[in-house]
Amino acid sequence: MLRTAAWRSRLVTALCLLTVGLLACSPEHYPQTTLLPRGDFARIADHLLDTTVKWALLVFVLVEGVLIYAIFRFRGKPEDPEPHQTHGNTTVEIVWTVIPALILAAIAVPTVRAIFQTNATPGKDALTIEVVGHQWWWEFRYPEYNLTTANELHVPVGRTVSLRMGSADVIHSFWVPQFAGKRDVFANRETRLWFKAEVEGEYPAQCGEFCGIQHARMAYRIKAQGPEEFRAWVAHMQTLGPPPPPGGPPPGGKPHRGPPPKGGRPRAQAGPPDQVMTATQGSTLQQSPGGTGGPQGPGYADGEKLFMMKGCVGCHSLQAVNAPKGMVGPNLANVGARSYIAAGTLKNTDENLALWIRNPQGIKKGVLMPNLGVSEPESRALAAYLRAHQ
Amino acid sequence: MATRVLDQHQVPAAAHGEHTGLWSWITTVDHKRIGILYGATAFLFFLMGGIEALLLRIQLGTPDNTFLSAERYNELFTMHGTTMIFLAIMPLSAMFFNFLIPLQIGARDVAFPRLNAFSYWVFLLGGLFLNVSWLFNAAPDQGWFGYANLTSRQYSPGMNVDFWMLGLQILGIASLAAAVNFFVTIVNLRAPGMKLMRMPMFVWMSFITQVLLLMAFPVITVALILLMFDRFFGTHFFVPSGGGDPILWQHLFWIFGHPEVYILILPAFGIISEVLPVFSRKPLFGYAAMVFSGVFIAFLGFGVWSHHMFATGMGPIADTFFALSTMLIAIPTGVKIFNWIGTMWGGSLQFRTPMLFAIGFIAMFIIGGLSGVMHSEPPADLQQTDTYFIVAHFHYVMFGGSIFGLTAGAYYWWPKMFGRMLNERLGKLHFWLMLIGFNVTFFPMHFVGLNGMPRRTYTYPAGLGFETLNRIETVGAFILGFSFLIFLINVIQTWRKPRNAPADPWNGATLEWSIPSPPQEWNFAQIPVVHGRDALWETKREQGRTALPEPALVSGAGIHLPNPSFWPLVSAVGVASVFVTLMLLGHDKAGPLPVVAAVALLFFGVYRWAFEPAG
Repeated sequence: MLRTAAWRSRLVTALCLLTVGLLACSPEHYPQTTLLPRGDFARIADHLLDTTVKWALLVFVLVEGVLIYAIFRFRGKPEDPEPHQTHGNTTVEIVWTVIPALILAAIAVPTVRAIFQTNATPGKDALTIEVVGHQWWWEFRYPEYNLTTANELHVPVGRTVSLRMGSADVIHSFWVPQFAGKRDVFANRETRLWFKAEVEGEYPAQCGEFCGIQHARMAYRIKAQGPEEFRAWVAHMQTLGPPPPPGGPPPGGKPHRGPPPKGGRPRAQAGPPDQVMTATQGSTLQQSPGGTGGPQGPGYADGEKLFMMKGCVGCHSLQAVNAPKGMVGPNLANVGARSYIAAGTLKNTDENLALWIRNPQGIKKGVLMPNLGVSEPESRALAAYLRAHQ
Repeated sequence: MATRVLDQHQVPAAAHGEHTGLWSWITTVDHKRIGILYGATAFLFFLMGGIEALLLRIQLGTPDNTFLSAERYNELFTMHGTTMIFLAIMPLSAMFFNFLIPLQIGARDVAFPRLNAFSYWVFLLGGLFLNVSWLFNAAPDQGWFGYANLTSRQYSPGMNVDFWMLGLQILGIASLAAAVNFFVTIVNLRAPGMKLMRMPMFVWMSFITQVLLLMAFPVITVALILLMFDRFFGTHFFVPSGGGDPILWQHLFWIFGHPEVYILILPAFGIISEVLPVFSRKPLFGYAAMVFSGVFIAFLGFGVWSHHMFATGMGPIADTFFALSTMLIAIPTGVKIFNWIGTMWGGSLQFRTPMLFAIGFIAMFIIGGLSGVMHSEPPADLQQTDTYFIVAHFHYVMFGGSIFGLTAGAYYWWPKMFGRMLNERLGKLHFWLMLIGFNVTFFPMHFVGLNGMPRRTYTYPAGLGFETLNRIETVGAFILGFSFLIFLINVIQTWRKPRNAPADPWNGATLEWSIPSPPQEWNFAQIPVVHGRDALWETKREQGRTALPEPALVSGAGIHLPNPSFWPLVSAVGVASVFVTLMLLGHDKAGPLPVVAAVALLFFGVYRWAFEPAG
């Protein structure tokens, strides 16, 4: 009686577990999965895991199998005679010490190889990107191109990126599962990570080390772009220089390259320069009227004024080129074009942008951006102003 | 010479050693009573930690949920972990150390009975100190591991971190005092003939645990002192802006933290090694290997700590060293599992409730151990760390391991502790609900973790695919919670029954089953002489019987026991006061004078303790 009930219960448990397992086993359902590597570092990690999982499954089936077999084979009743009083078996014990040691050795060899592979220094042709973790957003700098951006990292497919990382405050961890494992970032030392994206697309990423109240809302996006598209993006970003003073063209000469700006006012861009400039070349752009990159909708002018008056300019820079370091808030040069705002918290719609500006504390309590007493129409104007910054 | 056997009806209550009333419990120095105090207190904290977990699971059952605020969630996950580790599992183990070690080694009490009481009171006060933070809306919120520099004054200005930092310090004192006590007890108070290699496995594993406690807790004590100096007195041990290094905290914490997890599991290993032989009706397979693997695990456990730090970029040499040492620890652990199965093999298995939990332990611990091996590989671990894959691993070893083991011990030794048998049918129901609930809650976490869900996050957005499994996990958590309700009902029902459990209901192998259930205050009327391992089975076999006659109750005249004492409690209050006054000092609510007064109270309590008549 008891045996049947035990058998049935075990069957039910096993079926439940199997169902759950099968349900869960399709990584395609999970945009942030580690199990579908799209970059070389992640591929190394995944391959290593595969090897280990195979061994683990073998051991699991064998050992649990023996356990379950023993449960049924040796079940007894209280009145049964005393079984043979074995105290041990040295040979058996040696065998079952040596076999796990051998399995572990089989796992250790590829592990050590992978450790050294993933700690190798990337080659000279790698693209260096500086990463700074902040409570609760991510800053990205491209020293080669003199660019700064935030919360959305663009990388070229097929070229290794070499990340040099730090933190502005507490420990965070950089983690884009499809491309690489995590690397913590610290305020007092530089940590490094590299990966080569292999497949174009937009990938979700998230901070991987508890960093305070809004750790859960410190997500970001990685846009892996084909080489042409990436070059175009860099070139475009390099037009996002400092904004001109309101009412007139800035002092300074024309850029050395690229199409001459039409008039002295920021406007919808006439077309990006078709060359990507290096830092030295790009720095001359700071003399030219900066572009915003996007169309200037209604409310733009009011938004521009409010951006100063409300104090936004104190924490946020609107220039991608030569942006000042140590800003408290994310760089907003191309915020209008990003998929998300508030570090992956909200989709970047006009509605959400205005809502965020009005009430950041209500959406992401504890964030360093205070509620500044922005009214609803003001928030829409500011949103329009920011939307133009693409 | 001085004890005489009494008829059951002749024995007055006092002769049973049962002083009644609150004062007798407050001044008790009897290891059995202290064990029960530990157990009851720990169980209440366990329920509290469980409710904290259920609240977390409600919040995570839905994406973008607003059931809990970010702040509240962070407090709850911090307190859930801290409570389960320091206020539940460790003191539940302490319940068994207290109750069983003297009985299993044939002693009348521990080496330092008043220090024993002191440990309990300090533990209780530490647990209260930690939890009083809720009343100040300042519960710890920095994670149970408290990484610097989030814990610096700059990034955690409130009292939250301080409640954790000082509370843990109080608990550390309790643990260290108890560790000294049990270490000396096991070394010095074993009955004649009880050589080390004849000790019950529970005593062996407890012995190793005390050594781990003695070596690991001083490290966290130092780390917490350094943190306190940073937070209260402006030093920069862990603060980068002052030249300090947050990584120093991680090293110190994990040099403590990794041995800590062996502290959490070894007592359960010991319990399983007691339960399996009794319910397989044959001795433990490979006693010597079990002892040495335990020693080896403890020793190696001090050499793996940086496997918690693979993401910090220590470099390939350090990564390799810690990866290999972590893999190495899997070997003695595997040996234990095989020896347990070897104990069952060829036996006559009796599936009473303690045995069910013991078998459940083996099955669950295998899973936890295997996921642990997966974490040992740095490149793969960089994907796993800080995700739910890790949460799955440690719940399989700490719940599937420690809690299942402790529960097995509870059902097994309940009759010895309380003189009553827990109900078998409710026990079996508890087991199946717990097994199913546990797996439904934690097995999916392996998947949701590898598929990208980080841990310590108060919510997750819709669209990353985490919803389904999280909902299932939440349902599982409630099944798990319900299983403990069944246990509670069992406990309450059993409480109402008369005290009629026999001395040896399970045909046990060890000395505690040779004395009445519950034991009289002095444990053994005559200190036994031990001739071998599994001493009681030897005795029964010599006498050709499967059960000894019910041991007689004796008057206890002439047996010398330590007097009850009030001073351990006073000293414990002194300890707690020191930390309360430090908190006041650190937040500029008072000067150093209250701290001095608290230290004086502590010294006063200890002074009176030291000079009270030995009795």
